[in-house]
Amino acid sequence: MPAGLFHENYRNDERIFQTCFVKAWLIAFLIACALFPLIGSKYMISIMTEVGIAIIACHGLNILTGFTGQISLGHAAFVGVGAYTCSILIGQGAPFIIALPMAGAMAALVGMIFGIPSLRLRGLYLAIATIAAQFIIEFTIRRWDSLTGGVEGMYVEPGTLGPFHFDNRLQLYYLTFVLAVAATIVIKNIVRARSGRAFVAIRDRYLAAEVIGVHVFKYRLMSFAVSSFFAGIAGALLAQYLEVITHESFTIHQSIDYLAMCIIGGLGHVLGGIYGVGFWFILERILEVVTTNLNTAFPDHITWFVSIKEIVFGCVIVLFLIFEPDGLAARWRTIRAYWKLWPFSY
Amino acid sequence: MDSEKIIEIEDLSLAFGGIQALNGISTRLMKGELSAIIGPNGAGKTCLLNCISRFYTPQKGRVIYKGDDITHLPTHAIAKLGIARTFQNIELFKGMTVLDNIKLGRHTFLKSGIFSDIIYYGRTIREELKLRKEIEEKIIDLLEIEAIRKQVVGTLPYGFQKRVELARALAMRPEVLLLDEPMAGMNLEETEDMARFILNVNSMWGVSIILVEHDMGVVMDISDHVCVLEFGRKIAEGPPADIQKHPQVIRAYLGEDQKTHSRL
Ligand SMILES: Nc1ncnc2c1ncn2[C@@H]1O[C@H](COP(=O)(O)OP(=O)(O)OP(=O)(O)O)[C@@H](O)[C@H]1O
Ligand SMILES: [Mg+2]
Repeated sequence: MPAGLFHENYRNDERIFQTCFVKAWLIAFLIACALFPLIGSKYMISIMTEVGIAIIACHGLNILTGFTGQISLGHAAFVGVGAYTCSILIGQGAPFIIALPMAGAMAALVGMIFGIPSLRLRGLYLAIATIAAQFIIEFTIRRWDSLTGGVEGMYVEPGTLGPFHFDNRLQLYYLTFVLAVAATIVIKNIVRARSGRAFVAIRDRYLAAEVIGVHVFKYRLMSFAVSSFFAGIAGALLAQYLEVITHESFTIHQSIDYLAMCIIGGLGHVLGGIYGVGFWFILERILEVVTTNLNTAFPDHITWFVSIKEIVFGCVIVLFLIFEPDGLAARWRTIRAYWKLWPFSY
Repeated sequence: MDSEKIIEIEDLSLAFGGIQALNGISTRLMKGELSAIIGPNGAGKTCLLNCISRFYTPQKGRVIYKGDDITHLPTHAIAKLGIARTFQNIELFKGMTVLDNIKLGRHTFLKSGIFSDIIYYGRTIREELKLRKEIEEKIIDLLEIEAIRKQVVGTLPYGFQKRVELARALAMRPEVLLLDEPMAGMNLEETEDMARFILNVNSMWGVSIILVEHDMGVVMDISDHVCVLEFGRKIAEGPPADIQKHPQVIRAYLGEDQKTHSRL
């Protein structure tokens, strides 16, 4: 029965993991992440939670910028919308299981509103419009005292989910971990299906996309919505993690950091967010150690080392843009292709 | 039924500032016909296709498809009506694989939305598998591109890119296909292949085709009907044999003493 056979072939072909090897690695990685708190210190668990949150946020930004080609410099503001929505809802007595998706939905809604300029604007002009979103949202957070606590910020009540209480760092870590994995699966699924193809089509050639019948504006907005939904979820988690939120956690500085992470990891690669965030946090830790050592070694020159982090990160971003514009994900792909053929690498 | 008009163009005029790109063009495409549009550079051939596929809005005149006026529909709505096209300067999605490019051709006819895409289950998975099967068995086979279907389009040679663009248009299951210089820049063998594909699509799938092409040999060999443009005006129209003899065409397009000869 050749027809049935064909069917099976295509089904195999459309699967996510082509080889057992990849699958095995992935399972090993997931188990390592799940078991990590057993050996990791409290500090490490905190850091890993931050990593997970950043991964979710970066996946969102990658959908918007990497896959749909719309640069956003306001991503942190959408994270903020999620953070405040979730915290305010919990404060009003809503259960966490409602507040969390509402944070995503609210951010998605706000994201779509600020995505409307994409009807007319593209590229850098759209990026400027997203800066406007950043400032408007930040301004609203600062000034709407009765709702957000204004410049003083607000305390976040810990969410509970059945037997779990997320003021417990370990449980928050697991929640973040599960959501980060889910976010990765979701982005992979979107990218290999109809909507994701439409996103990439718009990025590559929006006129041709229109000719094959893609409603460009609709998908641009949808991309804003999906991206901001991720941001909102990340924001809700970040609020739980920080315990006190102010507008300072969601500045344009943070937006740029997210964008930099995506660039380093690989815009338009499903795993780009993960590589980028991983690289970023590792570099941050290394620089932390270096700075403290320098400070103790040369206590007279402390002022010299304060901005070491900013300088190094600036250089790293520039170097990536020049030498590795496709990010670590692409580099990893070439390395893998090389080893597959090794030692016959010609 | 055979002599039914599928596309009618009525008195179409399009200007860019001072340039009159199209000037009162009227022509038609019969159902199942392969009709060619020829003319010197800048005659307005691409503009005419762009008006049909709604990239440009003419200042005057109408485009009628199956009896309906489509002159003012939004661009993305045209695909759904069954009008597909290829471009003079290839407009493929360069970062994607050949297969994904072709799949995109089917975009408007798929129903899965973002929510079922997110879980990649149910409707999405059924549609994706059906689509894949159809593309593999109908289009990839027909255009002989099995070997490159997993490759990223941007890395392919020009001739193959042209073929992939045709494949993407075919994935739209079009009733009308607008081809803008599908053989431009190809060598003899590639031109022959492409001519064969176009004829197959026309006869086997029953697709009506408008072909814009400079290669007179190909045009005269494969088309049923030829329309000649010059400086935005239609100067002649009719069966290829008549066009070859038309004095104005010979003067305008072929040059005084140049004979038509086939490269095929
Ligand atoms: N977007 C545009 N803006 C201004 N002028 C245009 C535009 N598009 C086409 N034109 C002009 O309209 C005229 C017709 O162009 P068109 O592209 O239709 O020619 P063509 O017959 O396809 O020629 P070729 O054989 O070179 O492809 C040309 O003079 C061209 O410069
Ligand atoms: Mg042209």
